[in-house]
Amino acid sequence: MVAEKSSKTLSVTLRVWRQAGPDAPGKFVDYAAANLSTDMSFLEMLDVVNDELTVKGEEPIAFAHDCREGICGTCSCTINGKPHGPGHGIATCQTYMRSFRDGDTIVVEPFRARAFPLVKDLVVDRSAFDRIIQAGGFITARTGSAPDANSTPVPKTDADLAMDAAACIGCGACVAACKNASAMLFVSAKVSQLGLLPQGQPERDQRVLAMVGTMDTLGFGNCTNQYECSAACPKTISHDFIARMNRDYLKASVRAAFKPVSASASGGAG
Amino acid sequence: MAKLDSKVPSGPLADKWRKHKTEIKLVNPANKRKYEVIVVGAGLAGSSAAATLAELGYKVKNFVFHDSPRRAHSIAAQGGINAAKNYQNDGDSVYRLFYDTIKGGDYRSREANVHRLAEVSVNIIDQCVAQGVPFAREYGGLLANRSFGGAQVSRTFYARGQTGQQLLLGAYSALSRMIGAGAIELHTHSEMLDLVIVDGQAKGIIVRDLITGEITRHAADAVVLATGGYGNVFNLSTYARGSNVTAIWRAYKRGACMANPCYTQIHPTCIPVTGDYQSKLTLMSESLRNDGRIWVPKRKEDRLKPPASIPEADRDYYLERIYPSFGNLCPRDVASRAAKRVCDEGRGVGETGLGVYLDFAEAIGRLGEAGVRERYGNLFDIYHEITAESAYQQPMRIYPAVHYTMGGLWVDYNLMSNVPGLFVLGEANFSDHGANRLGASALMQGLADGYFVIPYTIGDYLAGQKPGSRPSIDAPEFKAAEENIRAATSRLLGIKGKEPVSHFHKRLGKIMWEHCGMARTRAGLEEALKMIPALREEFWANVNVPGSAATLNQALEQAGRVGDFLEFGELLCLDALKREESCGGHFREEYQFADGECKRDDANFGHVAAWEYQGAGQAPLRNVEPLNYEFVKMSVRNYK
Repeated sequence: MVAEKSSKTLSVTLRVWRQAGPDAPGKFVDYAAANLSTDMSFLEMLDVVNDELTVKGEEPIAFAHDCREGICGTCSCTINGKPHGPGHGIATCQTYMRSFRDGDTIVVEPFRARAFPLVKDLVVDRSAFDRIIQAGGFITARTGSAPDANSTPVPKTDADLAMDAAACIGCGACVAACKNASAMLFVSAKVSQLGLLPQGQPERDQRVLAMVGTMDTLGFGNCTNQYECSAACPKTISHDFIARMNRDYLKASVRAAFKPVSASASGGAG
Repeated sequence: MAKLDSKVPSGPLADKWRKHKTEIKLVNPANKRKYEVIVVGAGLAGSSAAATLAELGYKVKNFVFHDSPRRAHSIAAQGGINAAKNYQNDGDSVYRLFYDTIKGGDYRSREANVHRLAEVSVNIIDQCVAQGVPFAREYGGLLANRSFGGAQVSRTFYARGQTGQQLLLGAYSALSRMIGAGAIELHTHSEMLDLVIVDGQAKGIIVRDLITGEITRHAADAVVLATGGYGNVFNLSTYARGSNVTAIWRAYKRGACMANPCYTQIHPTCIPVTGDYQSKLTLMSESLRNDGRIWVPKRKEDRLKPPASIPEADRDYYLERIYPSFGNLCPRDVASRAAKRVCDEGRGVGETGLGVYLDFAEAIGRLGEAGVRERYGNLFDIYHEITAESAYQQPMRIYPAVHYTMGGLWVDYNLMSNVPGLFVLGEANFSDHGANRLGASALMQGLADGYFVIPYTIGDYLAGQKPGSRPSIDAPEFKAAEENIRAATSRLLGIKGKEPVSHFHKRLGKIMWEHCGMARTRAGLEEALKMIPALREEFWANVNVPGSAATLNQALEQAGRVGDFLEFGELLCLDALKREESCGGHFREEYQFADGECKRDDANFGHVAAWEYQGAGQAPLRNVEPLNYEFVKMSVRNYK
């Protein structure tokens, strides 16, 4: 489609969740945003509204953002009930005002999930994701110990599928979209990326057990296979990875129960 | 006057690093745990350094202003990472990568540093693959490569258009592993606001917790800054909004020299500016120049015609015409200036006249739309989201934008600044790219510094520090630094002026872009040097920073950073004024050849300019480190 170049303007009403802190009461507040260019990004619109609030002596709306090109995973608004807004396969920062109509009321909320406690206004704490990765979302490869990169060929189809999973930006939209606030898509993407590669095999079982175990203790819910996560994902990561992780988890659990372990497994050579 | 000893080892170029590694001091394994190292920043350089230092046994504290280390701006690098693997059998070697980087930098970098970078480039790829970085592969399962500007070999490794993301997630996984193991203490939402110097050595930092507003002191045996570049001094750039100069600027004000701040990179292929509200510019990866052809109409009258209606004979593929051997893959500074020249001639396309075409019609004919989609699909999608135009059906419109900064804190061969104990890595230092960085070399440098240089060189410094000798955070230097930060914060909140912070950032950006952007003149720079102090004065009288210091306050964060840009921008312009030559990304109109190429002055400016702070209101001191080219002959760059 070759769109006509648009330099039109529109005016909208923003209905924004305002909450001073985690323990303060929150509420929706309406703001008028007038004469916005359709070429403006959604976050640029918030910048403009915030500058107007500042000049009026009101406190600006806190919202998370950084790269503004859909890769850092910082931005995190739920717009009109959809994490990252109306577009498919994009983040809030890649949403442009041309996606809305003149006169619209746009409801803007933080990502809501028990494991993502609210910090202020539209900002939530997603450090639970970091803790899941710290529990096992890695391949142990001490710096300096690596063999030549081409000594382990990886079939292109496996590498491509690993890359599909690795595209996750860790934004948490999958959690916000899920009625159970499950982190299965996030966790399964990392488990699948590393499990698909030959380098990831030695720690494959312990990785999936540790990551899923940590996820469960952090207050994320269970998966009930409705796949709202994939639908909301700005990188359109497939829910097939959840099935792949479930298989890995089952196999790892069985092996953990029956696999013999060396008695001196934790001892050094002395 | 600061002492600038580069500490480059003697001996043949190819042996320097190996020799140095065997000669520098070591810290014994049992003693390493007695040393604490602060690493500020968690991009490629910071996270790779923190992870590797922790693996070695040092106690590491890592500070990031983001909510997670995975969000550092290295994540946004699209195109790739260079390495002299010669997997393509096309004649690449460590020497060629070294030579291309030296030449690409317009002979303004240190030979020994660049050679080391090329040497360790091969280890980086091995390391990343071992971590599970899903680089692009060929059908046989081996790694794929593509070409980038300034090189005639294919040495760039990539992961679709998300190479920076994948490399950062690799380093982040190594960092996370060591955090999980208890070897690294991670501080997110933590912005470094001052460097603490005790007895002339860097021994700690002052940090503001961006959520609670709490200001804390942290002591260490050494401080590593990996805080990125300062391109947001231009306001509009391809940097993330949060990227800033604050950490290195405050280190500068504590005595670290700032080297070559005028070396800024303007990337040729970005989506053009549309309006005043704009907050950032988006890069279209240089990899597109492998298959896209850049052109403008030959005649001004054609510039608003639909591009498809302009016949081949009326198009000017100016890069292919002027630089036949490198064509569309000439270096970034050369391509950017060429775009500016054709737009200045009135041949620029699009409503603003500030744009050139990047055309894929020929590539689609050759590879099919599916072939182009496989290589560049995500970039075409990004372009479509922003412009609502399909690059499969009409050429992209692109224009240069600020993208990277080669200047930064001065460091020696060990990556230590002139302040003992203060190390600077990645884009935050000045060391490897001279006056212009080649594509796919930033990721290489960040990871080289973090994985393979600092783990060796920091030991040489720490071995000279008695274990347990680091100062207490109750030392007067810490107390004074903390009070200084508290006072600055109260001052910002107390101004209660009329204009938001963004107002000043935009105005500073315009001054910088107009007077110190792609082309600079003495008169323009002198004017900027009058305008910036005036704007700074206005900022401190009329900025409005709402809210309090005891909570998440994004306006306060931004005010602190813009306040620093308003000081730093002046130094950048001063450096540009005093460097009376053109080289790489620094183009002075007075110094050019008849064909518009850079005219260097090696006799008078074949050196690094390292600026030294002399106190508020005092002119900074311009120190000089001569660049001694022992192995390569400084010559006029030629990409024709």
